[in-house]
Amino acid sequence: MDDLIIAGEKFSSRLIMGTGGAPSLEVLDQALAASGTELTTVAMRRLDPSARGSVLDVLRRRGIKVLPNTAGCFTAGEAVLTARLAREALGTNWVKLEVIADERTLLPDPIETFDAAERLVADGFVVLPYIGDDPALARRLEQAGCAAVMPLGAPIGSGLGIRNPHNIELIVEAAGVPVILDAGIGTASDAALAMELGCDAVLLATAVTRAQRPDLMAAAMRSAVQAGRLARQAGRIPRRRYAEASSPMTP
Amino acid sequence: MELIVGGGVVGLSIAWRLSRAGRPVTVVDPAPASGASHAAAGMLAPVSEVSYTEEPLLRLGVASLRRWPSFAAELAADAGLPPGVLSPSNGGSGGPSNGGTGAPSNGGSGAPSYGLDFRADGTLDVAFGADDLAALDELAAFMTKLGLPVERLTGRECRRLEPMLAPSVRGGLLAPGDAWVDPRRVTSALLAALERRGVPVVRARVSRLLRASQGPQEGAVVGVELDEAAGGGAVPAELRADGVVLAAGVWSAELAGVPVRPVKGQIMRLRSAEPLLSRCVRGMVHGTPVYLVPRGDGELVVGATQEEMGFDTRVTAGGVYELLRDARELVPGVTELEVAEVVAGLRPGTPDNLPLIGPSGTPGLTLATGHHRGGVLLAPLTAALLQGEEPELAALCSPARHRPDPASAGHRDPRGPAAPPYDETSGSKEMG
Repeated sequence: MDDLIIAGEKFSSRLIMGTGGAPSLEVLDQALAASGTELTTVAMRRLDPSARGSVLDVLRRRGIKVLPNTAGCFTAGEAVLTARLAREALGTNWVKLEVIADERTLLPDPIETFDAAERLVADGFVVLPYIGDDPALARRLEQAGCAAVMPLGAPIGSGLGIRNPHNIELIVEAAGVPVILDAGIGTASDAALAMELGCDAVLLATAVTRAQRPDLMAAAMRSAVQAGRLARQAGRIPRRRYAEASSPMTP
Repeated sequence: MELIVGGGVVGLSIAWRLSRAGRPVTVVDPAPASGASHAAAGMLAPVSEVSYTEEPLLRLGVASLRRWPSFAAELAADAGLPPGVLSPSNGGSGGPSNGGTGAPSNGGSGAPSYGLDFRADGTLDVAFGADDLAALDELAAFMTKLGLPVERLTGRECRRLEPMLAPSVRGGLLAPGDAWVDPRRVTSALLAALERRGVPVVRARVSRLLRASQGPQEGAVVGVELDEAAGGGAVPAELRADGVVLAAGVWSAELAGVPVRPVKGQIMRLRSAEPLLSRCVRGMVHGTPVYLVPRGDGELVVGATQEEMGFDTRVTAGGVYELLRDARELVPGVTELEVAEVVAGLRPGTPDNLPLIGPSGTPGLTLATGHHRGGVLLAPLTAALLQGEEPELAALCSPARHRPDPASAGHRDPRGPAAPPYDETSGSKEMG
């Protein structure tokens, strides 16, 4: 499979994992290994990066790049502050920008997100914003200097899959930066669909960490992302209303 | 003499059971019963806590819960608590323990004693929205598959059991066998029992483990070095022992390099004249678990956050807000209660959430740590395992599972060398 390139950095895996929801660090560790992920998000609120034995140690041991996120922030101000603390603590200028609008849906707040993105880009961050499936906002964030855009398939943790595949296609069509489908993945076919729609990568957490067998689901997601990517590159056949015989006429 | 390092519920239980078995023991802790045991809610709820991938922990919890009634009865007797008064529901009478306000309605004799406040009236796990209800049904299916005795209740059945539940409750799962106890009463009873048995409890910090520097026992742990300064000159420089049991919770990592990390929990104690609930109630609010544990004296414990903040024990605005917000979703009446206390404790978490109990691999050193959220529940079993009971369960807790094993190094991810999770060379650091 071809490499994923974000802000000049290459990744051979197109599956980005989150760490939320794992019952234990060991289960998380096994799932990360099975997923083959090379980039993993970690929520920075309520985490002391210097503490020994934390989730960060698990990632370091596996050589997985940490993508700090600003989960739990409601304002651009909090998000910028959280990103700066993460940069200082982890020595990375990458940030998954997440500013939520309300606790019930955890949907991203587009205005606060844009505000924070502008400020973080100006401050030298590599910004990967989590957004709704809004093609216009995605384009504006790209113009503002974001390194990727991360539209949702469905609300965080909902497992509802990709509710508006058409919008995801529109975002992909217009994007000059990687499009990473973030949130809403419930099972492997959702991840494959995201890649078939042309997304460059898939980010998921709950679908794996809360599965009955997280390691198995992680392996399933890894295969699904690969399958979806290959299918996208191969080019699907047009849909037809009636049958078309495949055997007698072809060589 | 065997030396128990750590005077929390685990260390004290071990000391008490060993002493009962006729073994000479000493406990060392700068401030017994003040760490995670002091913060803990005391839920003995292995069934309602079960989750995917955690069946081994369930087995330990169920086995330890089975031991709790006799453990509590024997402890109450050894500590000199009034016989037969384990809980208000089986004959106790009302009255707050610490001069608080009001008297519970279920008493009457005016001679307050809740013993250990051990109660086995079950845990009710409730759901509100359709999503929560679906998750509850999935949990019920998983529990049924595991052969656990749970009862699926409608919303109205839940409210008949617990009338103070929010009217919007849609359904619940009753784990009738789950129990709870007041960990503070347990640790003070354990200290009383140890005192009555003449077991010394040395109030001092252990600065490091003492190892034999020569002879056939070279490298073996032969005692501990104490931090004299902290003891005000009243403590010896060291304590020699035939064996050391490390039950120092999160501080075990610094003393022996075991894979234990602090998982911060903020927990709130509310107080009312009349108990709001008659059993433990738990539920998910916005994907965050919250539980309410009622005490016989009207105290209501609301817990608990789970944070990876190192050794930080500050109480935060966000922690308090989230506990109250979530508790209010379940039981709207909590807002009328007095806030008695908010504390943060440090749970000793291990990579697989299972405790480390048994020989450490270093002669002379036995581990009894890493109990994470289950120290109170697992204390009776831990003490039994260290006396050689239930070897099958002991195998699940064996510290050997985390030691670097050269043979398995190849199974690790090739991109990163597997750092040994068990660092025997860890430096010296005080516990406390």
